[in-house]
Amino acid sequence: MATDSPLAIEATGLVKSFGDTRAVDGVDLAVRRGSVYGVLGPNGAGKTTTIRMLATLIRPDAGSARVLGHDIEREADEVRGLVTLTGQLASVDEDLTGRENLILLGRLLGLKRTVAKTRADELLEAFGVADAAGKLVKHYSGGMRRRLDIAASIVVTPELMFLDEPTTGLDPRSRNQVWDIVRALVAEGTTILLCTQYLEEADQLAEGIAVIDHGKVIAEGTPAQLKASVGSGALHVRLLEPEQRPEAARVLEKLLDEVHLEPDPAALSVSCSDADRAAEAIAEVTRAGVHVAGFSLGQPSLDEVFLALTGHPAEEDANVTEEELAA
Amino acid sequence: MSTAPTTPSAPVADEAALRKALSATPRPPRASAASAALTFGWRGMLKVKHVPEQLLDVTITPVMFVLMFTYLFGGAIAGSTGEYLDYILPGILVMSVLFTTVYSGVALNTDLTKGVVDRFRSLPIWRPAPLLGSVLGDSVRYLVAGTVIIVLGVVLGYRPDAGVPGVLAALALVIVFAFGLSWVFTTLGLLLRSPNAVMNAGFMGIFPVTFLSNVFVEPETLPSALEAFVNVNPISILADASRGLMAGNAEGGDIAIALATAAALTAVFAPLTTRLYRRG
Repeated sequence: MATDSPLAIEATGLVKSFGDTRAVDGVDLAVRRGSVYGVLGPNGAGKTTTIRMLATLIRPDAGSARVLGHDIEREADEVRGLVTLTGQLASVDEDLTGRENLILLGRLLGLKRTVAKTRADELLEAFGVADAAGKLVKHYSGGMRRRLDIAASIVVTPELMFLDEPTTGLDPRSRNQVWDIVRALVAEGTTILLCTQYLEEADQLAEGIAVIDHGKVIAEGTPAQLKASVGSGALHVRLLEPEQRPEAARVLEKLLDEVHLEPDPAALSVSCSDADRAAEAIAEVTRAGVHVAGFSLGQPSLDEVFLALTGHPAEEDANVTEEELAA
Repeated sequence: MSTAPTTPSAPVADEAALRKALSATPRPPRASAASAALTFGWRGMLKVKHVPEQLLDVTITPVMFVLMFTYLFGGAIAGSTGEYLDYILPGILVMSVLFTTVYSGVALNTDLTKGVVDRFRSLPIWRPAPLLGSVLGDSVRYLVAGTVIIVLGVVLGYRPDAGVPGVLAALALVIVFAFGLSWVFTTLGLLLRSPNAVMNAGFMGIFPVTFLSNVFVEPETLPSALEAFVNVNPISILADASRGLMAGNAEGGDIAIALATAAALTAVFAPLTTRLYRRG
């Protein structure tokens, strides 16, 4: 087996068209073994299609890729034996119970019946789904379904896991649970390719990020590099009295950076990523006699990233095409 | 956007359990082709277990057909209801089971709209296993449909000359034929866009082909062109073979042709279905 390469995924020039649409238009990726690599982009950017090619579900029109040392076209079966896919639509059978889903996969992966049952119960317990083990998955909450989905992906420990938008549509608590599981998986040595629409998610989990738009990688780097190139984030401040805004702006500009005056006459924002410095700045504003109604420190959103990188906001309306075409 | 200062997440479960579950489970040898297919068959059984109502369509329709044809048309077609029952019961057995095969295509098409198929297709298993498994699972539905008809026939006074062995042989032959035919509908299920389209197209095909057979009437009563078609229709031959098996005077040739038709359908459409399923 060709397992000596330090790279889990090496893709060059992957292309996939559906009709006239080039869903993926020359994507290169290099993902180190044992890391989480984020692919960040809006709906319809080509993330899912890229994953489906790498997971051997569809064949690329051009380009090539090796996954864990195996060519995705010529050695598709070897690749399937080493990877696991958690799709954007939950990849579990809604008409079976959670426990049946896990036993089914265990059996398909070659576990003996008794082993498959033990393994299913162990996973249900570990992922906090034990109470609903006997319920049909269609009655699960979004968070439970996602956790079961990930559990289904590790019935037999994979070397590489494709995670397609694992937290889209989840509430913050469920999202954090999924993040914890991802971190634990990586700690055990699994490589993860994570597709996401959220910069924060990629920032929390990924060692490297590729930003993808219209089927092309438009930026690549560590989360820190990416945020630095985008402008790291912003401190948003709201005042009680709009007439105090010039005074607040003067203080913030002196301590931080150029101030942006919002359309709301009582609001202003300033580029800042460091929470300590933001706190000091707010304290200084208050000391200057300005009454602050509220403030928040935000990471740049995907839209801001896209605006900075491409000059246009992330296009949400492209979402139908890719999903329908990929189906 | 405000920073949700990463809310201290409620632990999913206790750390130890999670760590234990994540610690590498050694990869077992791959599941054999047979084991994978049977596992998919088990999946089909589980669905029936969870939603037993889905067996209603394979039980109620045949019951209606038996009652309707026997009592509504029996007198007109065969002179008496009792005589017609002898003729039509094996025929309705054939028809009901063959109608049920359309659902194999509908079920496969429904599956495709769900994410779980992506997972199946990314597993290191024998490629046709999901399809073979679900068609095998469907055979249990054919068995249910067939049994309902035979039991109802016996209740209404049907007494096959060949007794239980003859009935079982006929039932087995019909199920084997249905297994072959269901590959036609799984192919259809992968070519059409929605479960409804599969259902409509499927019945548009199976309905005339079944009615233009000797299931309901003796071919001699038909116009000659139609009679010629009815006589070579494999469904007529299957119906003849079933009647023969139940009456104890089956012709080996009929049985052979029915089996050969099932084998031919499987040989053509099973690989086609597998190819289409892989392509996704």
